[in-house]
Amino acid sequence: MADIAFSGPRGPKPRRRLSGRNIMIYGTLIVVALYYLVPLYVMVMTSLKGLPEIRLGNIFSPPVEATFEPWVKAWAEACTGLNCEGLQRGFWNSVRITVPSVLLSILIASINGYALANWRFKGAEFFFAVLMIGAFIPYQVMIYPMVILLRELGLYGSLTGLVLVHTVFGMPILTLLFRNYFATLPEELFKAARVDGTGFWGIYFRIMLPLSLPIFVVAVILQVTGIWNDFLFGVVYTKPEYYPMTVQLNNIVNTTTGARNTM
Amino acid sequence: MAKANGSGRPSRLFRNLNAKIAAIPMILTAMVVFVGFSLWTVVYSFTKSGLLPRLDFIGLTQYERLWNNAKWLVSIQNLVIFGACMLIFSFVIGFVLACLLDQKIRFEGVFRTILLYPFALSFVVTGVVWQWILNPDFGFQSIVRATGWESFTFDPLNNGKIVMFGVVIAALWQGTGFVMVLLLAGLRGIDDEIWKATRIDGVPAWKTYLFVVVPMLRPVFITALVIVTAGIVKVYDLVVAQTNGGPGISSEVPAKYVYDQMFLNQNLGQGFAASTMMLVTVAIIIIPWAYLEFGGRKRG
Repeated sequence: MADIAFSGPRGPKPRRRLSGRNIMIYGTLIVVALYYLVPLYVMVMTSLKGLPEIRLGNIFSPPVEATFEPWVKAWAEACTGLNCEGLQRGFWNSVRITVPSVLLSILIASINGYALANWRFKGAEFFFAVLMIGAFIPYQVMIYPMVILLRELGLYGSLTGLVLVHTVFGMPILTLLFRNYFATLPEELFKAARVDGTGFWGIYFRIMLPLSLPIFVVAVILQVTGIWNDFLFGVVYTKPEYYPMTVQLNNIVNTTTGARNTM
Repeated sequence: MAKANGSGRPSRLFRNLNAKIAAIPMILTAMVVFVGFSLWTVVYSFTKSGLLPRLDFIGLTQYERLWNNAKWLVSIQNLVIFGACMLIFSFVIGFVLACLLDQKIRFEGVFRTILLYPFALSFVVTGVVWQWILNPDFGFQSIVRATGWESFTFDPLNNGKIVMFGVVIAALWQGTGFVMVLLLAGLRGIDDEIWKATRIDGVPAWKTYLFVVVPMLRPVFITALVIVTAGIVKVYDLVVAQTNGGPGISSEVPAKYVYDQMFLNQNLGQGFAASTMMLVTVAIIIIPWAYLEFGGRKRG
């Protein structure tokens, strides 16, 4: 019966592609996207210019003569203080800081999260709450006592010390991430494994790890970007020869443009 | 408490032992670093520590000096300006962009990636690039002047009065994408029925967003607010890379004040007092939030 009444075309009214609404939405988004891309464009274009051209021209114009010389120079010859090895030293330092920090912090935090989610013990929630609140304490409050601790351990100024610092300060967010993820996994799996006599570590390595690849990927992305981009810990806890790339880059830019004093 | 209770069962302390061993790093971090170190800093902020920390108490003298220090007062003022601008603009722009991306548009992934990529960059890179763009001799100002508008002036990084806005521009470029993604995730969680209901009632889309969706997104907004605010208090690398506190002291921020006092001026006591003030600031922001988030649930 109803078929008779609605025998005409069905479904929502087709939209015109070039409606005013669409033009407004895409127009705004494209303008914003261009604005967001400008700094990237400036970075790449400027890096391909020689110094005289940078001084003369404006930063938005493409290079007259594209040259990769500045890249080579930055990589191998740029100076910070007395050292002229270029950014490669900072780059490799950053690699040597980031890789162990990411692995160690994720390993520890995932085990923490697993213990918190599946093996709750008395007081666990309290320590977890303290850890979460700690995530909001400005690092400046804890920087100096950490210096003393590392000095006492004989790790101050070394890469190992910095790895430890990254592991400690990365712990709150990672533990939260893993705890919440493990809590969503079906509890039956955990119970079945326990009935079969698998212990704490057995369940972790043989059941939890294989099931949680997605959250490990998230954690790796989070930690790699966070640690690679770190500046404060790098400058506080390492000696100049171990400076990560961010610190070195800042020092190079500030010495070569000569506009400001170095830190 | 830890005694074996005779019946042959293991004592309570050793029950679930593996989990406790596994949690040792977390317990140490929470109690030693977060609680212990913070208390240590607070205690030493009342001492006369200079080059080395010394337990030589002098009451509130460090705080008196702190609040009489022009550099610190400028830092606080800058943090307020920076914080207010960041919060207002990153949330307004972030929300508008999230709404635009939520219109079932094409190439959403492309737009999202472009808006989010600065978030993955180092503050040092952001600072340096915006230092170039805002440079009066070859950046934005020179471009506009080249088009014929000779008197155009936009030189925030060399003008102490507006230098913080130059920093805000760079920080917004880096951070708005993150707010947008959080809000977009929230928007995706809104039930389609809400949209159908408001459409039937003839409510225009913008009104629905403002009066229906925003109140529904309250938890997401609060989470984003807490994360962004905690980041604002910590702002350091960006200022160091972009202006290094200049011109003069006009773009100093508290985090930089702490670092300078501790590691450059060998004035640890001042550094401790300043960082304690930062801790207090964060506590003022976090405690009401934690109370609302966790305190209310327990009772309810």
